Amino acid sequence: MENSNYSKLQMTALVGLRLLIGWHFLYEGVVKLLNPNWSSMGYLMGSQGFLKGLFQGIGTSPTIVGIADFVTIWAMIAIGVTLIFGFLLKPAAFAGMFLLALFYLAYPPFPGIESSAPTEGSYIIVNKNLIELFALMVVMAFPTAKSYGIERFFVKSTSVPATT
Amino acid sequence: MSEQQDKKGFSRRDLLKGLVGIPIVGGLFTAAYAKYTSDAKVKSTILSGLDIKAVAPPSSGPMSGNAIRLGVIGFGIRGKQLMRALGFADKKWKEEMIEATKKNPNDTRLKDFMGQENLNVQIRGVCDVFDTYGEMAVETGTVDGNKPTRYRTYEELIASPDIDAIVIAAPDHWHAPMAIAAARAGKHVYVEKPMTHNISETYELYNTIHESGIVFQVGHQHRQTQSFLTAIDALNKGSLGHISLIQTNTNRNDDNGAWQYEIHEAANPKTVDWNQFLGNAPKIPYNGEHFFRWRKWWEYGTGLSGDLLTHDFDRINCLLKMGIPKTIVASGGVYTHNDGRDVPDVFQVVMEYPEFKMTTSQEQGKEKGMTFMYSATLGNQYNRGTILMGHDATMELGNSMIIYADPRSTRYADWLKDGTATADVPLYSYDPRAKGLDGVTSATAKYFADKGLLFTYRDGKRVDSTHLHMREWLSCIRNGGKPSCGIEEGFQEAIAAHMGTLSLKTGRRVEWDATARKIVGFENAAIDNILVSTGKISV
Repeated sequence: MENSNYSKLQMTALVGLRLLIGWHFLYEGVVKLLNPNWSSMGYLMGSQGFLKGLFQGIGTSPTIVGIADFVTIWAMIAIGVTLIFGFLLKPAAFAGMFLLALFYLAYPPFPGIESSAPTEGSYIIVNKNLIELFALMVVMAFPTAKSYGIERFFVKSTSVPATT
Repeated sequence: MSEQQDKKGFSRRDLLKGLVGIPIVGGLFTAAYAKYTSDAKVKSTILSGLDIKAVAPPSSGPMSGNAIRLGVIGFGIRGKQLMRALGFADKKWKEEMIEATKKNPNDTRLKDFMGQENLNVQIRGVCDVFDTYGEMAVETGTVDGNKPTRYRTYEELIASPDIDAIVIAAPDHWHAPMAIAAARAGKHVYVEKPMTHNISETYELYNTIHESGIVFQVGHQHRQTQSFLTAIDALNKGSLGHISLIQTNTNRNDDNGAWQYEIHEAANPKTVDWNQFLGNAPKIPYNGEHFFRWRKWWEYGTGLSGDLLTHDFDRINCLLKMGIPKTIVASGGVYTHNDGRDVPDVFQVVMEYPEFKMTTSQEQGKEKGMTFMYSATLGNQYNRGTILMGHDATMELGNSMIIYADPRSTRYADWLKDGTATADVPLYSYDPRAKGLDGVTSATAKYFADKGLLFTYRDGKRVDSTHLHMREWLSCIRNGGKPSCGIEEGFQEAIAAHMGTLSLKTGRRVEWDATARKIVGFENAAIDNILVSTGKISV
């Protein structure tokens, strides 16, 4: 249940985190949607680590890649929109964590696994995908949509009794 | 709550907090739109400025009508590849490919072969001096009730009245004698590179082809590579400015790449017609090393010059039509495979074109001349790309094509100044693979693939370039027209290669007299002797 007794700092941190992750998801989705040449195939085929068979298997079939592309783009946009507007936070955060887990497992930053994808930092076991995944868990565990978000209207209409 | 509430029971604060997403999404889309339009503007400025047409080349004519009746000479490594390009795969290869596909589902070689267009040809005759290969060729060419005849000699095959055209995949020292005999008999010819083994036969073949009027194609299949056709358009539109230096390379580091081919266990003096193999080469007793690894000796092969420099020379010649160089200097040695071979495994050639001119962005007359460099080692496979260096930009060329603006370019000065172009991000890149990926196995195969020698793309689909090259030849036979690598191109390729070997062996700078159309300072017969002799010559 949503706790409305967060301190100002806590609320700022939690809502801020939610909006920033939402922004990130939405923009990643929109960019892919606007680029007619974008495809997840290269990403899938470059997969490394213990699940590379699965990812490369998906990447081999143009039909499945087409479905994967569609699902990825619209899932990212939907997750972004729900996080930003503040409704259905739990399923959105859960779906986002699931996607991030796939991204993490496609290129796991484990010792001994060479990745062909260039990275801008140095990572061992922990990388930004994993951190964003846990940040989404925070967003899910400490909901804020009833304070800042569309869910506020639903709370109001059902839980504010006439007191006079 | 003390604030004033609207009639639905929500305060202004409720609205602000509830709709916090709207300004955020608005901000995101404003920023995204600004970035998108600015990126699109840069892209359209560059694309319309360069005006490079990345269109697929027109397909050669229809393959309809009567089947063309072919005779194939040589069923070794290349002969088998040529037969596959024609639509006939040997059983052993098919079995290997089924295994390869099982091991690696990304390996599409079998699928590509099965998807190849039917070229409407029949293999009527085959000839290979090794019984095992000869019989394999018969088996491979047997389709739909048509069984090719195995001829014992190439003369008999050429003389056969039910053969229209000849494919020659014999060792280098047999290319010209077979092609000349076929042309004199009025048979069309597809001959592997290099076109000839020495100078005299280069002139003889040239004259014979002109007199015979047959359709003649040299096997430089990269002429079909889609990226090369796009590169030609880019160069014609001056995207590089004046090119002063071209760098091409061969880098291999495996036995196959160093011509250490497998010696077939069934080969012996009884199963190999050794005398016929030797032909004009010195008479020596049979040995499997010379028979299967003939590329390692000058008597049969043409070394790195004829074997691999010719590919790079012709790739560039097809882009720039620069022809035979004014002078050539070459050097090299046997440095990585001291196994008794006498052709070098490390080899460099520098060709000078003092009169070479291109579209320029600078004042007329300032730029003239170009150097073409070829550098090869069979002891390291670090990938050094093919690089064309112009005043305005650098082009890196393989199956894909990338152009980088030069920081000091005249043509792109404004773009570099306002940030439309930067030197470290490609100005233009063209990759016909688009969304596809390739499963290529051996290291040597990868090297070729990178150069556009193994396969190319049509409508995003991977196609064997040799298949397209042979298709073009067959189309010219059927529908008329001129093959892209005919006798003129073959002559230039062969002369340049032989000049390289001549320079290597004599330690001299070798000069071409374009008016007299001959190599300066040598009689043809003398050059022929030098080309097949072992070791350094003193002149």
